[in-house]
Amino acid sequence: MPLPPLKIVSARANDPKNVTLDGYLANGGYQGLKKAVLEMNPEDVRDQVMQASLLGRGGAGFEAGRKWSMLKKSDIRYLVINGDESEPATFKDHMLVESDPHQLVEGALIAGYAIGAARVFIFLRGEFALGFERVQNAINEAYDYGAIGRDIFGSKFSIDLVLHPGAGAYICGEETSLLESLEGKRGFPRIKPPYFPAVIGLYGKPTIVNNVETVANLPWIVKNGSSSFTDLGAGRSRGTRMFALSGQVNRPGTYELEMAKNTFRDIIFDPEFGGGLRPGRSLKAIIPGGVSAPWLGPDQLDVVLGQDEVAAVGSMLGSGSIIVMDDSTCMVRAAWRISKFFARESCGQCTPCREGGSWIEKVMNRIESGAGREEDLDLLMDLCDNIVPGVSWPPQQTTICVLGPSIPSSVAVSIKMFRDEYLTHIKEGGCPYD
Amino acid sequence: MSRFTKEMETRAFELLALYPEKRSATIPLCHLAQEQNGYLTEESMVQIADLVGTTPAEVLGAASFYDMLHTEPVGKYVVGVCTNIACLLQGGEELLGHAEEKLGIATGATTDDGMFTLEDMECIAHCDHAPALQVNYRFFGPLTNDGFDALVDDLSAGKLESEVPPHGTLSRVQRKHPIAVPLEEIVRHRRDSDAKEGERLAAKAATEAKEGSN
Repeated sequence: MPLPPLKIVSARANDPKNVTLDGYLANGGYQGLKKAVLEMNPEDVRDQVMQASLLGRGGAGFEAGRKWSMLKKSDIRYLVINGDESEPATFKDHMLVESDPHQLVEGALIAGYAIGAARVFIFLRGEFALGFERVQNAINEAYDYGAIGRDIFGSKFSIDLVLHPGAGAYICGEETSLLESLEGKRGFPRIKPPYFPAVIGLYGKPTIVNNVETVANLPWIVKNGSSSFTDLGAGRSRGTRMFALSGQVNRPGTYELEMAKNTFRDIIFDPEFGGGLRPGRSLKAIIPGGVSAPWLGPDQLDVVLGQDEVAAVGSMLGSGSIIVMDDSTCMVRAAWRISKFFARESCGQCTPCREGGSWIEKVMNRIESGAGREEDLDLLMDLCDNIVPGVSWPPQQTTICVLGPSIPSSVAVSIKMFRDEYLTHIKEGGCPYD
Repeated sequence: MSRFTKEMETRAFELLALYPEKRSATIPLCHLAQEQNGYLTEESMVQIADLVGTTPAEVLGAASFYDMLHTEPVGKYVVGVCTNIACLLQGGEELLGHAEEKLGIATGATTDDGMFTLEDMECIAHCDHAPALQVNYRFFGPLTNDGFDALVDDLSAGKLESEVPPHGTLSRVQRKHPIAVPLEEIVRHRRDSDAKEGERLAAKAATEAKEGSN
């Protein structure tokens, strides 16, 4: 049985008044920031976050405290909040920015204080128009309230915060691409290593890029202390995690669950959460952690929803999304659509991704539309191998960023799990699900 | 004339002042130009280049990279139907097909009356409302075919003008505050606070070393 949900970042999400300053204050808002700037030194905040084992909630799962500790000392350093949530079937940040904009602002300011940022930028996905309006309104209110600007809350700490709109490009969720975009350019990822943003970032200055959900945890951690946070979860996965459940499940939505305490079965089938599948349907596959992740089968429902637990079975917790596919779904079509997404969103800098991605899409489309040949399966695996040698997981990096190496996984895993379905398409000259 | 009006120019200067380097305002200014003109004209891009201190080619280079920036005229309402995986599983492709029929245009095209442009979108992060779509980046879903028809009829009849502003208006809430503390002043502050932090950390290390040796 799953545990009753304990909420940190989504605790106020169902209160419509919470989007305004008055509502947020009535819900205990800005206490974390006040405590940080009035009672704590920046290094104390950093220590708390380090002790909390707060793993980045964007997808890579890197410890926020460790990321901060890599920031190069410099008179000017920046904080950029990554709100460019575009990973397919990931919609937790969408929910967080619309339902609790002040929490994002407060968390960003705490992070800005901890690392001594010269300025904070919130990069918000352009398609989140309502979220943009709410966060901008929250920023306006926070300036008037004295939470942003000169000597915040009467402390000696001053900082400005700027909300910046994206303009529609998946790749800008990649942090160096995001910085290029914030500098007014095409979102072309930068070559790294050796110079990560913590050394050379925005305008060439050391920069920390943190995800929306990551910083949304900070007010709670500062207010309640890191040990309250590490009381939740297990292993390296502490606190809670927002899961975005979608696909062929009765109750799709965002669910905040304690880390590493529930399984895929819990979130998909428990009546409190996903509520199971439609009558008469059975589970065919799950895509955890974003469409870069290898799929899981019904035999893996009891895998625990934790960073290392999902990694141990050859996939990833990633962005916290879970896509449910039942037996009415054509696996070739699903994998084709994912390959089409990558082909469209490749920035075009690196050959394996630019060429390989669109070739894979074309071959996948050929099979799905009934013109496939039996040798296409080997061809697909060969193309995958050209992008990721050995089609290994985690993928070997052959390109500037991880978009390219993400292309093969859904194709390769669907061929592995559902080879017969591919062959049926080829033999019957069409999709059996049409 | 598609150059910024006086009022928009004031907003453009406010945006430029938010960034340590002007070029960062490129995309916000592209959105602003779309708010004024519905799309990005050549004249706008020339003016934006001038404002941010780069070339028109660089502005076009950036603008053409991003899906939300349109360098050709689009309809008053840009309808973007999501067909990515979560919506695909719930009939997103079929909804797009129905949208083509209802609007009488192919995906990517604009209706003759200039009211609607239809787009096939990648995931819009509204997956728990699949199949979902956006009209000028405002969310709708889940939508049946009938629901889509009703939405289009309401938009045509002007019934949703308070929910959905014309294409190009990203936000109806504007920033109220200029930058409060100049960057040079922040840098002086940080230098001081970094020095103090260094002293605290050194003192702490010395105390720990002393305790360790006892």
